[in-house]
Amino acid sequence: MTKGSIVAGVLAPHPPHLVYAENPEQNEPRAECGWETLRWGYERLRKSLEQIEYDSMVVLSPHWQTYVGTHFLGVPSFKSLSVDPIFPNLFRFHYELTVDVPLAETMEAHAREAGLVTKMMRNPDFRVDYGTIVSCHLTRPEWDKPIVSISSHRATQYFSADVMQGHMLKLGRATREAIEASGKRVVLLASNSLSHRHFTSESEVPEDMSREHIYHHGQYLWDMKMIELMRQGRAREIVELIPDFTEQAVAETDSGALTWMLSALDFPEYPAEVHGYGTVIGTGNAIVEWPQARHGGAA
Amino acid sequence: MSDHPIVGGYLLPGLPHPLLAADQNAGWGRLRRAFEQVREDIRQSGADLILMYSTMWPSVIGHQIQADPEPVWTHVDELFHDLGAIPYHFKMDSDFAEQFHLACKNRGLATRTVSYKGFPIDTGSVVCLKLTNPDNFLPAVICSSNVYADRAETVVLGKAAVEALKQSGKKAVAVVVGTLSNRLHQTWIDPAEDHIHSLKDQEWNQKILAFLEAGRLEDVAQLSRQIHAEARVHKVVNFKSFWWLSAVMGAHNLYQGTVYGYEPVYGTGSAVIGLKRAAHAAQDLEFDEESPDVYRGDRNVLAPSLEARGEFDSQLQVGPALGEED
Ligand SMILES: [Fe+2]
Repeated sequence: MTKGSIVAGVLAPHPPHLVYAENPEQNEPRAECGWETLRWGYERLRKSLEQIEYDSMVVLSPHWQTYVGTHFLGVPSFKSLSVDPIFPNLFRFHYELTVDVPLAETMEAHAREAGLVTKMMRNPDFRVDYGTIVSCHLTRPEWDKPIVSISSHRATQYFSADVMQGHMLKLGRATREAIEASGKRVVLLASNSLSHRHFTSESEVPEDMSREHIYHHGQYLWDMKMIELMRQGRAREIVELIPDFTEQAVAETDSGALTWMLSALDFPEYPAEVHGYGTVIGTGNAIVEWPQARHGGAA
Repeated sequence: MSDHPIVGGYLLPGLPHPLLAADQNAGWGRLRRAFEQVREDIRQSGADLILMYSTMWPSVIGHQIQADPEPVWTHVDELFHDLGAIPYHFKMDSDFAEQFHLACKNRGLATRTVSYKGFPIDTGSVVCLKLTNPDNFLPAVICSSNVYADRAETVVLGKAAVEALKQSGKKAVAVVVGTLSNRLHQTWIDPAEDHIHSLKDQEWNQKILAFLEAGRLEDVAQLSRQIHAEARVHKVVNFKSFWWLSAVMGAHNLYQGTVYGYEPVYGTGSAVIGLKRAAHAAQDLEFDEESPDVYRGDRNVLAPSLEARGEFDSQLQVGPALGEED
């Protein structure tokens, strides 16, 4: 069997607002417009990924929150309705997806062998979290690739961002080894926003862009700092800064998604491609691609 | 007889084990029976609805209030999915949900009602309604816990609920869905081996139980920030349950407390506790006061435990015992 590889890693945030504003037929609410710079960013990402062949997408989502261990989706297919618990007015999405269960099982086994606490999710009535659905939909709206979803173990909340980092560095390595062993070509999605302080009220027309801006200038400065490091190919520095960034910008990197992905990519030293940046209800979001295959760095 | 619209208050734990795995651990089974006692209590209470505040339903856009008249779904917990699915069909008091929302709005709070097919009602609310109200004897209303809200917002939320109840002429039992200490084990355990995660959590839980058993709701509310720092994993800004409960029931210590059950559930301190209005307070003092008239230093509120309190004058009951008339 040929050695598998990670062909791209993507920072693919999941504000449901972006799906809402696109008006896909699967989503019940309808929008006029909104958050175009981010949606155009996803469009550029999709064009870029069209150039690459891949078998599956693996996503780590901050909204599958597990306080005991790291969990992996392990049911071949799901069909249900996802209603966002925070923004049910914007996201009521009828999804139908397939899971690459063999790949999920390989990943779970590698993570377990690395000493992590793990679990396969085998309950067919399980509702797939909206973070997974939003990131996957915006990256590949055709839903024609099987996915693997990995839960976010809440080590930041239970211990500290440093403990989370140690855990996610291991999980990233285990993910890479599992993908190599699987023989598959895989795209990784880190489904998280950058700075993550929300406004706690919403305008009457949610897509009223005259109301949309970053919550706080300090958050913006942090976001730009992190994005600049991405553009300069300084992945190791990003990972070193994540505990401070998480604390000071209330960043959604607390989920471990970005650390996991950069570790799985083995800390790329080439510049990442920033497809877009914008705010959603005050939070900072960037769509950033590490085109691993193009840099001959396919793991 | 008080004409307060809240006829009883409860703290109920929300992990699914007492509902789905009561036979796997003796303590989980005891908790299930404690829930059943509360079920009977609620039936006898004369309440028109169950008003819930769930610490397991986080929200961002202010507080959300469940208003779907008949939510139906098959729920699976995101962590304990291997315990099985929970099919439910609840009844909500949508009219009251709207009144509650309006009362919140009038007090400057950002709230909204949610009524959408398939809305993901949180595990805690589902478990507590299934166990205490399985046949929809009473309609319910569930309110979220805003992740950014602190004391002021939470207290006003409670006051708005009371105001809405008074306007509606309805009586309610108030239910907080949440645990005491909330730290789970970090590895998979044999259910028979369950225990409170740490001794420190256990001591704090016992302290809170002792307070509540003595009816000292407001004292626990006053201790919330310290409880948050000492015995809670910091998922949200603060330990808010007792601020809300004391705001809806009345901010004082004039209660009769019953601990129906207290058990570890996967490491957490899961307690089933009831509070009813009493004629006399166990102690009309602030939680750290010896005497309101003579200063003898601050009391160490961490000691003594309930069992040992006979040795400490400061915690001996003053005035008549609970429920006694003088
Ligand atoms: Fe999120």
